[in-house]
Amino acid sequence: MAKIRIPTPLRAFTDGAADIEVAGGTVGEALNNLVDQHPELRAHLFNQDELRSFVNIFIGDEDIRFLQGLDTEIEANESLRIIPSIAGGRSLGVEN
Amino acid sequence: MRVVISGELQQRIFDQMEATYPNEGGGFILGDAEPDTLTVRDIMQVENVFALEEQHHRYAMRPQDWMRLEDQADERGLSLIGYYHSHPDSPAVPSEYDREHALPNFVYIITSVMMARASEMRVWRLQADRSRFDQLQLQID
Repeated sequence: MAKIRIPTPLRAFTDGAADIEVAGGTVGEALNNLVDQHPELRAHLFNQDELRSFVNIFIGDEDIRFLQGLDTEIEANESLRIIPSIAGGRSLGVEN
Repeated sequence: MRVVISGELQQRIFDQMEATYPNEGGGFILGDAEPDTLTVRDIMQVENVFALEEQHHRYAMRPQDWMRLEDQADERGLSLIGYYHSHPDSPAVPSEYDREHALPNFVYIITSVMMARASEMRVWRLQADRSRFDQLQLQID
């Protein structure tokens, strides 16, 4: 089975596990299998059916956005990794 | 929930933030997580890769930096417990932009840098439903 490495702050939703084995022939299927196993992850990975903008999925060192996105096919023993984009910034006075 | 940081590590954050002023700076927080206490053990400065002309109010880091530092933390038996960044000439309070990009179970240390001097540090954590940040107690050890 393929496996997905979970970023540290989301491991609270996988009982502390860093790597989760998942079923599926594409990245999208693998992620759906992941959130089926650990439903609390869904709100932090997806906004409805779209990946949240700050959620990146890597296969090795390749971002799936530069492959075929969620339709990217994966091998049975593929290693995926969820990497959050870290970003922040002060308000310019119109946000708060 | 409280966050404990040594005076030395706090000063290292202040020094970095004053050096990057008037732009934003940031990095990762490595530490130990216990039920009621998060203890900061180390900080890892990370380059701000936001467009240079926007760095006075925006901070971002490369996904590759996350991978590298998370692997280092795991190897050292520490956890990536949060990240820190500065708000130049602005309060140490999360913005809507901060909330949209925030992760649960992560602490966000924000340092206000007023007129090139680090003036205040506050710690925040996103609520599980992503609706808002709660301020956490900060203890300087």
